[in-house]
Formats: sequence, C-alpha cells, structure tokens
Amino acid sequence: MSIAATQTGSFRRRLGDPVFANLTRAAGLLILAALAGVAVFLTVQGVPALGAGRDVLGGHATFVGYVWPLVFGTLVAAMIALVVAVPLAIGVALSVSHFAPRRIAVLIGYLVDLLAAVPSVVYGLWGIGFLGPRLVPAYEWLGAHASWLPLFAGPVSTTGRTILTAALVLVVMVLPIITAIAREVFAQTPRLTEEAALALGATRWEMIRMVVLPHGRSGLVSAAMLGLGRALGETMAVAMVLSASGVVTFHLVSSTNPSTIAANIALTFADATGLQVNALIATGLVLFVITFVVNFAARTLVARSAPGAAR
Amino acid sequence: MTPVLSERPPAVDAAALSLHTARLPRWAPVLVAGLAITAAALVAVLLGWGPMATGLVSVLLTLVLLPGWSRAVEGSRAATDRLVTGLVWAALGIALVPLISVLWKVVALGAPQLDGRFLTWSMRNIVGEPGGVYHALVGTLLITLTATVISVPVGLLTSIYLVEYGGTSRLAAAVRFLVDVMTGIPSIVAGLFAYALFSLLVAPGTQLALGGGVALSLLMAPIVVRSAEEMLKLVPDDLREAAYALGVPRWRTILGVVLPTALGGIITGVTLAVARVVGETAPLLIICGSTDSVNFNVFGGQMASLPVFIYSSYTQPGTQPEILQGMAWGAALLLVLAVIALNLLARLAGRLLAPRRRH
Amino acid sequence: MAKSIDISDLDIYYGDFLAVQGVTLSIPARSVTALIGPSGCGKSTFLRTLNRMHEVTPGARVDGKVVIDGQSLYDPTVDPVQVRRQIGMVFQRPNPFPTMSIRDNVLAGLRLNGTRPRRAEADDVVERSLRHANLWTEVKDRLDKAGLSLSGGQQQRLCIARAIAVEPQVLLMDEPCSALDPISTSAIEDLIDQLRTDYSIVIVTHNMQQAARVSQDTAFFNLPGPGLPGRLVEVNSTRKIFSAPDEPATEAYISGRFG
Repeated sequence: MSIAATQTGSFRRRLGDPVFANLTRAAGLLILAALAGVAVFLTVQGVPALGAGRDVLGGHATFVGYVWPLVFGTLVAAMIALVVAVPLAIGVALSVSHFAPRRIAVLIGYLVDLLAAVPSVVYGLWGIGFLGPRLVPAYEWLGAHASWLPLFAGPVSTTGRTILTAALVLVVMVLPIITAIAREVFAQTPRLTEEAALALGATRWEMIRMVVLPHGRSGLVSAAMLGLGRALGETMAVAMVLSASGVVTFHLVSSTNPSTIAANIALTFADATGLQVNALIATGLVLFVITFVVNFAARTLVARSAPGAAR
Repeated sequence: MTPVLSERPPAVDAAALSLHTARLPRWAPVLVAGLAITAAALVAVLLGWGPMATGLVSVLLTLVLLPGWSRAVEGSRAATDRLVTGLVWAALGIALVPLISVLWKVVALGAPQLDGRFLTWSMRNIVGEPGGVYHALVGTLLITLTATVISVPVGLLTSIYLVEYGGTSRLAAAVRFLVDVMTGIPSIVAGLFAYALFSLLVAPGTQLALGGGVALSLLMAPIVVRSAEEMLKLVPDDLREAAYALGVPRWRTILGVVLPTALGGIITGVTLAVARVVGETAPLLIICGSTDSVNFNVFGGQMASLPVFIYSSYTQPGTQPEILQGMAWGAALLLVLAVIALNLLARLAGRLLAPRRRH
Repeated sequence: MAKSIDISDLDIYYGDFLAVQGVTLSIPARSVTALIGPSGCGKSTFLRTLNRMHEVTPGARVDGKVVIDGQSLYDPTVDPVQVRRQIGMVFQRPNPFPTMSIRDNVLAGLRLNGTRPRRAEADDVVERSLRHANLWTEVKDRLDKAGLSLSGGQQQRLCIARAIAVEPQVLLMDEPCSALDPISTSAIEDLIDQLRTDYSIVIVTHNMQQAARVSQDTAFFNLPGPGLPGRLVEVNSTRKIFSAPDEPATEAYISGRFG
C-alpha cells in the first residue's frame, strides 16, 4: 500500500512500504518459527535417548519408566500448589475488588506485583533456609498424629525439604498470576447485576455468591489453568527446596520425595554426559508438551469467555 | 390486561416494618480480635510457640468467635457474611506473609554482605575468604543486554505487524494466540532449546552467553509483543491519517509518528520484560554455565550471572559454607533490588513519556 | 403491606459534595408517586436513599430522616440489608441474574431470606408473582430457560416479578421504561396501575406524559443553578401539577421551556 509518488524520488518510496510490511510479517513468522523450533530441536536432540540403555535412563528399562516418576512428581507438586493457591487467590482478588477501600486496593495490587517480581531463585533460598526448617515441627506433628493417612506416612524429614514444602513455595509463585486474572474478572462484574442483588437485601457475601462468582466462573478456570502451567514449569524453587529421591510416592512429609521434570534437569544437567544429556532434553520435551497443552487450553477458554481479562 | 382477581396475593396489611434487628456493636471485630490475640499469646508463652503459630491460632480463634457471636445475636446470614469477610482478609494476610518474610530475610542476611569488595571483585582465585560478585554482575548485564537486543526489534516489528498490517488476517490471529501461549513456556525449556540450537550450530555441549541471550529472548519476546501491541493500538487513527494526508508513506508514518507516540508505553513494556528475565536461573544454568572470573565475551565461553551464582553458592558452598551462603544472600539482595528498580523505572517511564493529553 | 413514607429535611451527599438539599415529602400508601425533573436534578439519587442503596457508593451519605411506619430508616441501629429486604427496587435497565433461569430469578429474593420453600410452595410463589407482573402467560412454559432469553420488556417485568415476590412494603422504580420500546412501556404502565392497589410505588421518570398517566401525586425536583444542589420544588396531586402548578419553575418545566 505505498503512496503513489507524483514526481521525482518515487522509486525509493514505492519500495519502502512493501519492504517494511514484509519485514514486519517476517518478524511475526520468526516468532512462530521460534516456537516451532523449540519443539523441533527438542525432538531432534531428545529422540536418541528413547532407545537408550539403563545406564542412561537412571536404572529404568524404558524411557517411559524413566520419565514417569518425574511427570508424577511434577503433577503432584503442581496440584498441591493449585489446591492451596486458588482459594487464596480468590480471597485476595475479592479483597481488592469488593472489600478494600480504593487506596488500600491499589496498595494490595502493588504488593501482589512485588510478590511476582521476586525471582524464583530467591524464593528457593527462602524455602531451604527458612520455610523448610520452620515447617519441620508441623510435619513431625502430622507424622505422629496423622500417619494413618498415607499422605503423612513415612519417616518424617528432618530438614523440611519435602515435596509439600516445595509445593508451598510454588503456591507463592503462582499466586500472583491467578490473583491478577481473578481480580480483573471480579472487577468486570456488571454493576447493575450487583445492585440487583443488593436491592433484594443480599449481604455482601450473598451478592458475591449470587452474582460475582458465577459471572467469573470461566475466567477463574482459565486463571487456574494458567497458574497450573506456571507451577508445572517452575524449576529453581523446587530444585533448591526438594531433597529428591526420584520415587513415585504420595508421602508428603517424608524424606523420600518424587522429583519434578524441571528440577531434575536443573540438578543433573551439569554432570550429565553423552546420551544422558539427550535423555534430559527428552524430558524437557515432555514438559514442553504438557505446559503447551495446558496453556493452549487455558488461552482458548479465555478467548471464548472473558475477552481482555487475561494478560 | 386486567389480572385475574382470584390470583391476587392476600393483603397482609398488618405486617409491620421490622427494621430493628439486633446488631453487634461497631467495635465487635476489634474486641474479638484483641481477645483472640491475647488468648493465643498466653497459650504460646505457656507452650513455647513461635510468633507464626501464635498468629495462626489467633486468626483461627477470631474466625470462629466473631461469626459465632454474630450468629447468636444477628442471625446466620450476617454471621456467614462476617465469616467470609474474615476469610478474605485472612487470605490477604497469608498471601503477604511470604513476601514480608522473604524481603526481611534477604535484607537482613544480604545487607551486611554489601561492601566495595563484594561489588568489585570476582571469585577468581578466591579460596577460603569472601570474594565478590563483579563477574556475576557483568554477566547478568551482558546476557540481559543480548536478550534485549534480540527480542526487542523482533518483538516490536511483530507488534507493528499485528496492529498495522495484520489486522484480522488468519496469520495475525495465529501469531497473537501463539504469542500468548508462549508466555507459558517454562524457562528451563527455553534453556534446553538454546542448548540444542548451539549444540547443532557450533559443537555439542557449547556454553556461551549468546545462548543465554537467545533463551531469555524467547521469554521476553511475548511480553514485548503484547505490551507493544496494546500501546500501538492506543495511538489514535487520526494521527496516522494526518500523516497520510501529508503524503507520508505508511512505513515512515509508523516509524516517525506512531512509534514515538507509543514510546513511553513500549519502554514500560520492555522494562517489565527485562525485569521478568533478569532473575531467571534455569536457562542460564544450562546454556551459560558458571565461572569464577569475569568474561566480557558474549560469543564464547561460560559466563557467570547473579541467579546462577546465588544457586551454586548456596547449594555447593564447599568447606566453609557460611562464606558462600552469606554471599548468596548478598547477591540475592542485589537481584531483588535490581528487579524492584526495574519495575519502578517501568512505571516512571510510562508516566513521564506518555504523550501529553491536555495542552 | 403498603406503607407511607415520610421524609423530612433530607440532605444527600457524595463525600463532601451536597447533591440534593432539604427534601421534605410525604409519600402516601397504596398509590403511585412520580418524581420528575430535568436530568441531574437528583431525583434518582433521592429515590436510592429510600432503600439505602445510595450508600453503596463509597463516600455517599445522608443527613435527615426517612420514616416508614414510625421507624426511621437511618437510625444507627438499623441494618441497611434489612431495609432493602422490605423495600423493593426496579432499575432503569432490566437486570435479571444472568446465570439463573426465570424461575430462579423470581425466587432469588425468597431464597436469600433463608426461607427454603418446598417445591409446591415455590411454584405457587413463582406463578403468583409472574401473574401479578403480567408475565405468566408468556413464560409459563419455559420457566427453566435463562432469564436473559426474554425480550427487554419481558425482562423488566421479570425484574418486577422478582421484586414483588418478597412482598415488599414499598416498590421503587427508577425510570423503569427508559430502556424499553413503546409497546413494552405501555404494558408496564398498565402493570403499575394494577400494582398500586397493593403497594406504595415511587417512580422516577423523565417522561412527563408517563408521570401524568401513571401517578396520583407528583413531586418536581429541580437544579436552581449550575453547581448548586438539587431541591424539591413542588409536590402536589398529579392533576394539579400538570394543570395549575403552584411554582413558576414547575410551570416552566411542564410547558417544556427547559428540561
């Protein structure tokens, strides 16, 4: 769409627009290519490990046997994190959208942003150095009194570096995303419908229950899924906090814990050689596929229900 | 449209207006909270609990006692309302505890580490005594700069494509959607990609700062694209049309009119993207490795970075753990300060460089 | 049901800004009182103080008295939620609860009040309220469909049904027809006429002809000047207001010289 030049100098102008337009189009394609490239390169480098022997696959006979405990650990940590984070996030989001006076709401917003800004490695330090040891008395209590529940069985960890602690650190990391989206969704509840509930004599909670939460249902689901995606891929906090033995277990407070894909890569990459590296890359591919699917589904849900709510 | 007479509701005429229901006094929540804290504190002293346990118990007590009292006096609807209000504020408190705790620890343990030596020495040839993080600082700076140099032009051009040229085409929709999905790529996957890329392009097992830049740019690009897109969309069409009417070609309009107008917001977006990646450890662990000396060469050799320094110092502290672990906290403080500074800068840039609305 | 309301010396504030000043008015029971006046004169603001919805806006407050059945609404010991349960409101734009069916919409107020009516009782209430709102014949076969599936006029009648299902003392209507087409408007006006035998109704309207058609008494609010608070200028029987009003400002507004 170049402006047709009238007199001299027209040659340069006619080229400028199509060149630039194609340049921008190329940039867009480059991004898509990068995304595809991730999948391609990981596959290319990961495939050689699929048929590798036990020495490469950490003692397991097949690749599936190798990666399954890691997938299990990844899912367990992420699920626990979500179960705790989602109600907390809803509470914080409601405090901003419906409970706090304006100025305090803005302050809370800043604080939640600050929570998101702290790098994961710092949370990892905090997890090993502070949270883990603090939780040991609680774990011991659980181990002593609640060990009939398989969740709390097993020799209780003395350092507090369990999958439960790791999951709790994950809660801190996914809370900001879920809160931000939930906050948006709650604030977008139509005022008119809220007033309809209030005019009928509803208390604030009743109004929230009747109008705000149903309205925000699909937004909350996609917020939770985005939080899940983040929790699945989080590396450093888990790598630092968890003392992992790579087993598949539901024991949350013991000293034998499953590891996650990301943490496993971070911890063993430096010492890996030859096909072991390929094996780790293959697990990375698995993680990429899982998080891609989760994020894809979450974004599709967002696009369908609450346009503009998720960022 | 007259109603059927028999369907009229019975006229309950004598029903008096019942407005005066019993209510708790205004200071009731404060009273109950005070009682709960006192009770919990007493028990804590007796049983030897720490402040966290005391706090938790007093919150629980308040959440039980206040709605309970309310239920007896005001009725169950009001009691439920008070309970939910309490839960919401409790959730906020719980969410803020880690923030305060982390910041407190980082400042308390990291501040004593910061001195001239810490900031200007590297760890080269340092044994048995504290060194410095100069090499890590330089590394973080160079790697982040590389990532910015890669991601900003590509991201900006992509956003220009989305706003100015792509419109509603399928390619634009696909790019927009996939960019959103890209924001969810785990950082370690980005690192593995860079590793695989350079293993193929150069030699297997290559570690270099440029790789770190590539990995981080994968994480920065979606943020740059989306925020730049929002900013460009805000530029009113009248501005563009004014330029076209003067005979300015489209590409010059974009570069000379639209971009400068949106510049403040774009800078904000870029700064926020930088803030996001400056603390990333996992990809750098894989593709940049770590080293004790300063490395100024982006194209070859391992390069230290603050996050990797923190990680390795704390988890492999060697024979005198206090030294390296202490340094880790110091580096953590620097990192947190950097991130906060970048966030503030982003907000400032947005406000200062925003096009003036009123003249 | 159906009480009268006595308002004395009511000042209405948004924060420090005095929006409406010194309203003294008596709203009779079992009749329709219309509030008219130019835009921005405070008639909607005044209406919302009658069921304590005004204070939902942060910083909003009132000074003065509103008394129903001998009880002051703004007494410090009175819970606004209690007030709203007994004074119903219909809004300018229909606002049925989007995630609820027609049936659930009508029952919403009752369910809130803690009464869990059994199926038969609930059906009874639904039919009674919808008949009373002149909506029953149109929706009786699709009570489980979404409230939003109705047309604008039907939605507004659904909101009226919802409001009267809880048998309030007073019904407040804030320009209930302004978002509707003429046929729906006429249907709602007929409905208001039937409802007045059982409820005290206060209706804000910017349409003078509507006020003349529908009400027995009319109150005229006006803004004396820019930046000044709105005031109640005159209240009289509708016939008098529209034929021989006492105040010149009323006369000017009625004859369309401003507004």
